This record gives sequence, C-alpha cells and structure tokens, in this order.
Amino acid sequence: MSLLRDATTIAHRNMIRIRRVPDVMVFVVVQPLMFVLLFAYVFGGSIDIPGGNYREFLIAGIFTQTVVFGATFTGSGLAEDMQKGLINRFRSLPMARSAVVAGRTISDVVYNALSIVVMSVAGLAVGWRIRGSILDAIVAYGLLLFFSYAFSWVMACIGLMVPTPEVVNNATFVILFPMTFIANTFVPSDSLPGVLKTIAEWNPVSTLTHAVRVRFGNIPAGTPEPTAWPLQNAMLYSLGFAVVLIVVFAPIATRLYQRTSK
Amino acid sequence: MKKYGAVTALDGLDLDVPGGTVLGLLGPNGAGKTTAVSILTTLTQPDAGSATVAGVDVMSDPRQVRSRIGLSGQYAAVDEHLTATENLEMIGRLYGMPRREARRRGLELLEQFRLTEAADRPLKTFSGGMRRRIDLAGALVADPPVLFLDEPTTGLDPRSRGELWETIRDRVRGGTTVLLTTQYLEEADQLADEIVVIDHGRAIAKGTAEELKRRVGGEHLDVHVSGVDNVRKAESILAAVAIGPLRVHADDGEVSAPVSNGVEALSTVLRALEAEHILIKDIGLRRPTLDDVFMELTGHEASTGAAS
Repeated sequence: MSLLRDATTIAHRNMIRIRRVPDVMVFVVVQPLMFVLLFAYVFGGSIDIPGGNYREFLIAGIFTQTVVFGATFTGSGLAEDMQKGLINRFRSLPMARSAVVAGRTISDVVYNALSIVVMSVAGLAVGWRIRGSILDAIVAYGLLLFFSYAFSWVMACIGLMVPTPEVVNNATFVILFPMTFIANTFVPSDSLPGVLKTIAEWNPVSTLTHAVRVRFGNIPAGTPEPTAWPLQNAMLYSLGFAVVLIVVFAPIATRLYQRTSK
Repeated sequence: MKKYGAVTALDGLDLDVPGGTVLGLLGPNGAGKTTAVSILTTLTQPDAGSATVAGVDVMSDPRQVRSRIGLSGQYAAVDEHLTATENLEMIGRLYGMPRREARRRGLELLEQFRLTEAADRPLKTFSGGMRRRIDLAGALVADPPVLFLDEPTTGLDPRSRGELWETIRDRVRGGTTVLLTTQYLEEADQLADEIVVIDHGRAIAKGTAEELKRRVGGEHLDVHVSGVDNVRKAESILAAVAIGPLRVHADDGEVSAPVSNGVEALSTVLRALEAEHILIKDIGLRRPTLDDVFMELTGHEASTGAAS
C-alpha cells in the first residue's frame, strides 16, 4: 500500500533528524528526564499519598504528561515543514497525499517511545517499580503510545492551521497545562475541590493515567475504588477517546494539508 | 486562468512545448511564471482552462502527471538536515522506486554532479549553489520525461549558473522536455529553443531568442550624466542615434537607447556630448536585457509585482 510506504519514508526522514537537530534530542530525551527528577525530588518529599509512595504514584502521571506534550511536536514539526520549499517538492511527487502528516505521526510515536524508555529508566532509578505482570506493563506502555498517537492528529491539525511553529507551542500550552494539571497526574483527583474534581474525573488524561497506574500496580494499597464512571472504566474510556480523536482529526488533518498551498 | 482574490495571476496564457525541446518562460517578478508552473505541476488548480503534461490532464489525473514530471524551484526544496544521499534516496522512494534503486540512482546523480565527496554531509553545510544542484538532482531522480525548472539559477554566482546550465543541456540532449522560467534573457537565450515573454499573466511575445533580440535591437547605449538639464540634452542626443524608444531615469541621470551600430553610435554620442560640454559620469554599450525586451514589447519597464 503506497500510503504506508510513503508515510514510512517520511517517518524515516523525520527520525534521521533526532541525531542531527539538538532541539529534538532535548525535547525527546532531556526534558522527560528532567521532569522525572524534578518532580521526584522537589515534590516527592512534600506530597503524601495515603498508604503509598508518592514517587511511585507520580511516575505514571509524568508518563502521560510527557506523551501528551510530546504530541505538540507533531504540530510544530508540520508547521515547520509547511514553511519550507520542501513541501512543494512533496506536493509535486506521486506520493500518497496524507503521507506527510501520517509519517509525522508515526515518527512521533517513535520519539514518544524513546521518551518513555528514558523516563522508565530514570523512574526505576528514583524508586518507581512495575508491580504488575509483564503483560500488564506491555498493555500500559501500549496504551500510552496509542493515546499519544491519537492526540498527535489533533496537534497535526493545529500545526497545519498556524503560520509558524512557535505559535503551536504558545497555542497548545494554554490547553495542555490545564489538561494535564486538572487531573490525577500529580495528585489524587479526590483531593480536588468541587467542579474541578468532576472535570478531572472525566478528563481523558486522568483515565489514561489511572489505567496505566492500575496496570503498573502503582495504586497505593487501601485506595478506595473510584466512584466516577470514566475512572471505573479507565482503559475502555481512554481507548475509546483515542479512537474518536483519530476518526475525527485524521481526515481533517489530511484535508488541511492538501488545501494549504503556498 | 488563475486569480488570487482580486489579483489575476494568469490571464489566458497558452503554452505548447514540443517533446524534447526547452520552452523558456521569460518575465519579471509577478508576471505569473511561478503560477503557470504551479498549475502544470499540480500544486494549484486553475480557475479556468486546461492543461496536459506528457499527455496527461493535470486536473483529472494529477497523480499520473506527478509521476512523469520533475520540479526544481527557485527555493532549494531539500531537507537541510539530511545528507545529499539521504535526500535523493527519499525523493526516489516517494517516486515509488525500491530503496536500493533509489539509492543507486542518487549516488549516480551525485557522481554526475561531482558532489560525491559531499554525499554524506547534511545539506546545511552546503553552499547555495550546491543545494541548488541537489535540488535539481532531486527532480532528475526518477528520470521524468518532463522537467519544470522555476528560476533555477536566481541568486547563483556565474560559475554555479554555468554548471547548472550544462546539466540542463545534458538532459535535453537525452530527450527530456523542459519548461524553464527565468528573469534573465541570457538564460533563456542559452537554454531555450523557444521563448515566451509574459507580463501580467499574458503572453506578449513568442519566438526564438534570436527573433526576440532582433526585435529589441542588437545593442544598447547607456549614458550616465548628472543634472536634469544634462539629462534632457543627453536624451535629444541619444534620440538621434536610437532605433527604438529611449529609457530615461531622470533621477539617476541615466538614459538608455537601443542602437544598431554600437561603436559608431558610441562615438557620435560622445562627440555630441563633448560639444555640449556635458560631463559624462559613465557611458557604455551592453547587450539587451529583459528590461529592454519589455521596453520594446510593452512600452513600460519590467514591473515588479507582488504575486509571482
């Protein structure tokens, strides 16, 4: 299938860059590493989780935060591509029309996988442990990557609509910070007041984090079962949300790419 | 025809390039050259009209067109973080070539372009001329029967320009059909079998380089003086030897005239200027330029518009 082959070619091109563009390396490796260490040592000492170890609780939250922010890379990468003459070359080639966008989302899964490996190693170093089965761990990692893949299609649309790559970061930070903080990423959602608690319970970042925590066996003993439906069905809700994102945003992104011409 | 809002970029342009020949599309910035190339290479769709490239309709079967063309633009469309080899291999793959063949073809082109030693360096480290050559190589990877070269040498130094011209001639000898856009009469003269001069999206003249130059006159005599009075005097002196309309830049003190016998006109004008005691800042003969062609064909100078 030519879409798959062309998208792989584009993904390969994007991945060559990790060795040559220092920004990419910082974003993919250094930043996630920094987050694990900062949160573990700065907050780790002052936040108590009833019946548990905060660092262990925290790591899944940092995983989800990182892969959600990692999706912005798709947006800024595409925005950067669209500014360059290279895009006219692509448009004049007999390649699948959606390959440039699809290839970008594929290479970003690889970037995210790399970030997760770095964070896992750092996590193990600061005391995080996988307490579930290997299979559960694989499912948890798979869910993280699938969710970030789906989310990168949303970012792709933003990247194709804005004039410069910088705008992607500015525009998305306003959305992504609340999205990753009004959630159970860094503190249990039970501790949030009133309406924020409800938002946190329905926030897909929370369900993703919860599902991953459950699979890693990182839920502190004695924690009551969640009462909100999305958290009770965290795996299903996160997967369903991701599928909806792809179904809605992939066609939009492809359209936007085709329409944008210089 | 193609409109961008209120700006009509192309207005009834008719082109026909016989297989194996080079058509030069000559015009100033904003004349519609790039728009024409964009339509023919399927990057944009015309608002009205039709086009076939290598026998394929650009509107109904754009993908088929893309597999038969190579495009090299005025901005080197290469990935600067990739090496020369990686760039060419990527483009070959996107033309549908198997990896090994794309790689082999890339290396072959680098050898042809004498860039083998730089093959494994990211293009970021390349000079502008080298990038342009890689860009052109990209257009040649799949050996397409039709090439579109949109101002391939704009901004290049004379040596790089000459090398690029040689490469293009090579391809044409091999049977490739080329549509070349340029702002330089000399470039069209060097490469094109036929030249179409366009302005405001319309063809205003058509012919071989020789035919066009004959219309413009052989040489131009430029005189540079100072003072408005002197410019006026120089104008009347030049008018006596000119074989076409004069071009006057009163502010800069420049007057230019097409002449038939350059040397004779030069000495006549020199004597006349001396007799009037006009101080000459500069005087000289030169070959006609695009500006001269425009002056002759349209009565106005090659204007620079916004769209291109």
